[in-house]
Amino acid sequence: MRSGFIGFWRNGTVSLAAIFAMLITLSVVGALMVGNVFLSSFLETVKEKVDVTLYFTIDAQEPDILALKKSLETLPEVNRVEYVTREQALLAFRERHKDDAVMLAALEEVGGNPLRASLNIKAKELSQYESVSKFLEGDTALSPGGENIIEKVNYRQNKIVIERMNTILSYTRRVGATIALTLAIMSIMVTVNTISLALYTARDEISVMKLVGAGNNLVRGPFMMQGAMYGIVSAILAAALLYPATFWLGRSTESAFGGLNIFAYYVADFGRLFLSLLGLGIALGIVSSFVALSRYLKV
Amino acid sequence: MIVFDKVTKIYSDNSKALEKVSFEVGHGEFLSIVGQSGAGKSTLLKLILVEDEPSDGQVLFDKVNVHELPRRELPHLRRRIGCIFQDFRLLPDKTAFENISFAMEAAGRSDAEIEADVPHALDLVGLKQKIWSFPREMSGGEKQRVAIARAIVNQPDLIIADEPTGNLDPLNTFEIVQILKKINDLGTTVILTTHNKGVIDSLKKRVITLENGRITRDDEHGKYVL
Repeated sequence: MRSGFIGFWRNGTVSLAAIFAMLITLSVVGALMVGNVFLSSFLETVKEKVDVTLYFTIDAQEPDILALKKSLETLPEVNRVEYVTREQALLAFRERHKDDAVMLAALEEVGGNPLRASLNIKAKELSQYESVSKFLEGDTALSPGGENIIEKVNYRQNKIVIERMNTILSYTRRVGATIALTLAIMSIMVTVNTISLALYTARDEISVMKLVGAGNNLVRGPFMMQGAMYGIVSAILAAALLYPATFWLGRSTESAFGGLNIFAYYVADFGRLFLSLLGLGIALGIVSSFVALSRYLKV
Repeated sequence: MIVFDKVTKIYSDNSKALEKVSFEVGHGEFLSIVGQSGAGKSTLLKLILVEDEPSDGQVLFDKVNVHELPRRELPHLRRRIGCIFQDFRLLPDKTAFENISFAMEAAGRSDAEIEADVPHALDLVGLKQKIWSFPREMSGGEKQRVAIARAIVNQPDLIIADEPTGNLDPLNTFEIVQILKKINDLGTTVILTTHNKGVIDSLKKRVITLENGRITRDDEHGKYVL
């Protein structure tokens, strides 16, 4: 413990090199962690915008609609079903077109409420819209009272969009994961190699230690301690680096995508992020020291 | 105490460093091994320390074949042997105190013992004032004396000195040899390799002469003859 700390200070340059290599690893990992949260929240927002809407005939009775809503809610794929009454639809229509005199005039012209009640269905997963729509196309579901109360299902229109979205999202996830993994592996290898190099300078020292009768653990201890300290310092630096980075990114992404502000997330979740980086840094330092040392301990 | 029994060492390029070398060293003996560079002196010491394996024959330390010891037993063997090298081999980033205390830590001594014994060992080699100096702040003779203090601090049964005076001027050489003699007088077995004629002639102890990996002379009160 004590000698590890002393070694850390006295080998300034070597420590610096190892810390830089680890800093890169930890920054990459940290950025990936923040990036993953951002991507997930972005995908979540996109998913939220996809739904299937059932439009009922004008004379569909509310109990029938509610009964259908209930049976839809029992489906395992369905996340939630929202009932929009004709009155609500009219209000929403007026609200949406309040600056559009022509539309409002047209509405007056028609008289009464021309809008249909609808059910807004959200599936749990994008891929499940297909089966939900199959269910809707089944006769019994569509005609609870023996007659058809459904005017149209907009799934067919949305189908292509939903399917494309689905492929894009799964690709994004897969590509993202591959890139993340590659980057992480690369930077871990760089770190292990740098620490190996740092220890290369100590190989004479190690053989002397062995010759005066030191067991492997006594030799390893200080070096692994040193590795752990590289990890701690790098984790602190990486966390500090991510602060301005997310601040800058937060402003630009918030306006572009709406949704989550990365910077706000980073600040809010700082403790968890920092602890993960710290744990990873310490583990990386200890493991790479251990691996690198085993090469020189065979005296 | 040490027995070499028909030890042969052939390096990978087929050069014979040692050929059927046999001799014995008793407890409390002071043995000098002389010979030109490449005669096999260092190889011989490396075999005692198990830094290297013999190609044939065996090396016994108190009747135990050291090359059949399991790896985890090696530190125990090495703690019974104090080593002194031509190039000192001090740990460069440790002070004199830390270099010596490291050998004690390796032997599992307590902090209290270390605090007490390190200054004592440095006193024995006449370097008490350099206790907090780093090797780079010391002269060759001083470094070698720290190395000797490190070698003796665990009260080993055997001291191995591999050309300890090779890098030193005559005055320092004389002092180092006197220290080794003092250690031997206190009962520790010493094996010294050298090609310094003056050292051998002043010691008047047993001398083994190595030539091309073979023992050519073994004199009880030897002189340097090549």
